[in-house]
Amino acid sequence: MTNENGAPLIEARDLTKYFGSVVALHGVSLSVRAGEVLCLLGDNGAGKSTLIKILSGVHPPDEGHILVDGEEVVLGSPRDALQRGIATVYQDLAMIPLLSISRNFFLGAEPVSGFGPFKTFDVRQADRVTRTALKQMGIDLRDTSQPVGTLSGGERQSVAIARAIHFGAKVVILDEPTSALGVKEAAVVLRFIATARDTGVGVILITHNINHAFPVGDRFTILDRGTSKGTFDKADLTPGQLLELMGGGAELEEIQHELEEIAGSRPDPPLPPTGYVSQHT
Amino acid sequence: MATAAAPADERVRSVGIVSILLARPEIGAIIGAILVWIVFAIWAGGSGFLTLNGTATYLEVAAQVGIVASAVALLMIAGEFDLSVGSMIGAAGMVVAVGIGELGLPVWLAVLLAFAFALAIGFLNGYLVVRTRLPSFIVTLGTLFILRGLTIGITRALTGRTQVGGLAEAIAADPISPIFTADIGPFPVSILWWIGLALLATFVLLRTSFGNWIFGSGGSAIAARNVGVPVSRVKIVLFMATAASAALLAVIQVLTVGSGDVLRGSDKEFEAIITAVIGGTLLTGGYGSAIGAVFGALTLGITKQGIVFAGIPGDWYLAFLGVLLLAAVIVNNYIRQRATMTRH
Repeated sequence: MTNENGAPLIEARDLTKYFGSVVALHGVSLSVRAGEVLCLLGDNGAGKSTLIKILSGVHPPDEGHILVDGEEVVLGSPRDALQRGIATVYQDLAMIPLLSISRNFFLGAEPVSGFGPFKTFDVRQADRVTRTALKQMGIDLRDTSQPVGTLSGGERQSVAIARAIHFGAKVVILDEPTSALGVKEAAVVLRFIATARDTGVGVILITHNINHAFPVGDRFTILDRGTSKGTFDKADLTPGQLLELMGGGAELEEIQHELEEIAGSRPDPPLPPTGYVSQHT
Repeated sequence: MATAAAPADERVRSVGIVSILLARPEIGAIIGAILVWIVFAIWAGGSGFLTLNGTATYLEVAAQVGIVASAVALLMIAGEFDLSVGSMIGAAGMVVAVGIGELGLPVWLAVLLAFAFALAIGFLNGYLVVRTRLPSFIVTLGTLFILRGLTIGITRALTGRTQVGGLAEAIAADPISPIFTADIGPFPVSILWWIGLALLATFVLLRTSFGNWIFGSGGSAIAARNVGVPVSRVKIVLFMATAASAALLAVIQVLTVGSGDVLRGSDKEFEAIITAVIGGTLLTGGYGSAIGAVFGALTLGITKQGIVFAGIPGDWYLAFLGVLLLAAVIVNNYIRQRATMTRH
């Protein structure tokens, strides 16, 4: 899954996007190579969504260039991006809960047999292929004819990512895949992201959770109010520095100070009367 | 579904046949139809309900709603309503009746015009819904009244009446009429149309890409669009299908009776929706069955005619219908919750 010239799978140069008078994105660059996880970090409103919408073909950039395999391209629509191997998996909008896992897996790309009006969707074949495809990528599911609603949140995200890769994605953009998940479920997804990366896929992981980004990320691009604060290799950073770069570090420190001050200025709680035994230990 | 290639997974608990059946959307409708049949077999068995002719009467009533309900069920699974089908029955019927009776068109041409008219209105419904993003409930409520009003207004302007009759001779003389009016023993051919359409709808839903897109469009239009499903096209095609099914019923009625009435098909839109819901289709879309709609239609037909055979005044039919609807919704809700329960 590497290209001959060693160019990044996808590269964005100096992307700028305006929405009316609002500068949503200003001169942002990033690149992802095969077998690499690039984390896109930033607070709400930093421009993460705008950036991935440009990379997935939803919005055209007002300025800047997008290169796929080293060649400049125009991504006219999400379908266009998909055909160039760039797939986006959205947090809540990846799967249809009432539909079976295999029907979801093949939605929009159903395997058909026969000719003309007699083309039939081979459901058993879909079941079989879904099972093997997921198994190959390390997702071992009980029964692919069950509704997706019976899967856990982490399994759901993993299946959505596996689907994108199965249908030829070279770059997978993940929009906050772990934000709605509990700790264990997030770990399931993060582990799967690492598995996907090891198969040679390039991953762009959007998140504002450093604890999720740091373990799987190879490089980190930090967005703040529409501009890039740089891209850093994991070797050059600690999670603490990363948090500080995101702007959250200073604020958290401030909050800690404030809380300490409040605690300091408050009179000590009155002592319980003698003979009182606390029920809560 | 254990095959040689994929041996049974130890994590799939072998569940009883009851649980497997309960996971199907149409199971409630099948049980319901059988129950209703048993009730009337006992109640009205002595007064002709169980005879071949009695069976033919309730199957004909079931066919009338079932023809429309097959298409309506698919549209509802895709997440939309069509309240205009009742008015469409009246309007398409009048195209046929006025075409033959007033304009002197041959029957085949009048029938063709009725279908063309229905497809155009269906397209308009669908286009308005996907373009304006308004709820189809409101859009088609609008077309319900527009179509009915235009049918009454134009018919009276053209003919001075609200009924157009005297078509029997022309119909009898036309070779294509039997396709819509023939009888097979005591059974009218409309029953065949009903079963044929239901089988077609089931095939489309379960064994074609388009069927998978129908589920996807209704389950989550955005998710479906994200993976490349042409959601707007799916919906427009289904609006055209519901209108065409209404036109088919109108053609059958007008050619069988030999006259058209501007008020034909009133309340059929609700009967079709009720039929689909009894058949296990979710009002919110994304889940349902065309086979279920067959049993929903059967339930309606048996109830409507069973009441007559039992000697109860027909006035009570609507009350029965309401009770059936509520019971169906409650059962369906339970079944859907079972189907999506997270199992670990």
